Amino acid sequence: MNKNMKILVVDDFSTMRRIVKNLLRDLGFSNTHEADDGNTAWPMLQNGDFDFVVTDWNMPGMTGIDLLKKIRADERLKGTPVLMVTAEAKRDQIVAAAQAGVNGYVVKPFTAAALKEKIEKIFERVDG
Amino acid sequence: MADARKPIALDFQNALKELAPVLLSQVEHGHMDEAAATLVTLQHARQAGSGDNEFSAVLKEKAAELHRRIEAGEVESALETLQEMQDARDRGLYQEVGRLTRALHSAITNFHIDSDPSERVEALSEMTDATDRLEYVIKLTEKAANTTLDLVEESMPVVAGLTSEATRLKTEWKRLVDRDLSADEFRSLYWEVDAFFDQVSDQSQSVYQHLSDILMAQDFQDLTGQVINRVTGLVKEVEASLVDLVFMASQVEEITGIVRDGEPEKENDRLKGEGPQINKAAEDVVANQDDVDDLLSSLGF
Repeated sequence: MNKNMKILVVDDFSTMRRIVKNLLRDLGFSNTHEADDGNTAWPMLQNGDFDFVVTDWNMPGMTGIDLLKKIRADERLKGTPVLMVTAEAKRDQIVAAAQAGVNGYVVKPFTAAALKEKIEKIFERVDG
Repeated sequence: MADARKPIALDFQNALKELAPVLLSQVEHGHMDEAAATLVTLQHARQAGSGDNEFSAVLKEKAAELHRRIEAGEVESALETLQEMQDARDRGLYQEVGRLTRALHSAITNFHIDSDPSERVEALSEMTDATDRLEYVIKLTEKAANTTLDLVEESMPVVAGLTSEATRLKTEWKRLVDRDLSADEFRSLYWEVDAFFDQVSDQSQSVYQHLSDILMAQDFQDLTGQVINRVTGLVKEVEASLVDLVFMASQVEEITGIVRDGEPEKENDRLKGEGPQINKAAEDVVANQDDVDDLLSSLGF
């Protein structure tokens, strides 16, 4: 797993972005960038050669699920791994995210260990 | 919602006379199910005795009269009868509208929104007050979260620095124990250990101070708890008044004969996101990360 990979953290709450960034840094990833919703994230993704996206679901403007669909529909970005970190906990939502092509799903409140496990699993598959 | 001033209908009086002793004996003998059934019968008799019945009696009587007059070719008096039927209907309607208006007025008064402008301002300000309070909660929790994160972010590198220095010295120390150290190296280690003690002492103090500040940053819980309790109280009050209003509205629909085409299909906005699920035991909600993992693996993840 490339520890220098460029990661975009998308969440409307700055404190949650900080928590995720801190956890990522603990895992050795310090090349992290932030966006507060899908609309902010989209242009960053298009210009920024990001290797990985961690996104919330429920955000004003563009939601995380819409962002995910948009990424999967984009010729250049569609291979980008996306991890959803969200409070949305309905079964059909998780199914919808899976159908939209999410690479991992972490429900809030979450632990550092859960986040680490999901990220490692995602890159085992991507690299393997 | 029977009007207390209305005279008690004869049918209901008779039913009451007949059923009261039955009810008493059922209760006395402990036949509670039967007693409850008797009560329901009485309730029905009571409702049947209210205004609607009066109107339908008039309607029956007048309809027969109307039929007779039309048969007899008395068009003018037939029209008169028709008018009487109409009047009876209107009377019932007016009475019901009057009753509803009174009830509606009291429901609205309980809703704190009266026609008196000064009261309206007060009611609105109560709502504004509630939103202000909730914003205060957001502000406090956000501030606490940021304070905590700041202090943690400051402390982590300090602790990481101490850890790495300790590890480095431990390696050197092991060489000393193994008598693997030159005299020069020993002298240098001697002073490095001395400096490390100073470093540990200083920096532990700063970490301790940060931990203590993090502790204090949790004081929002008490304040936000109180604020949220007050807002919850207001929401409950408003809900009670709304339930009254909905009840009134259903009465109005009933007497005016408005038929609604059910609830409009609620658009599936689940994809918009719903926020945290409070009831983790609900059927279509996952309780934790393990549930999510199980669900995803069942989908082939």
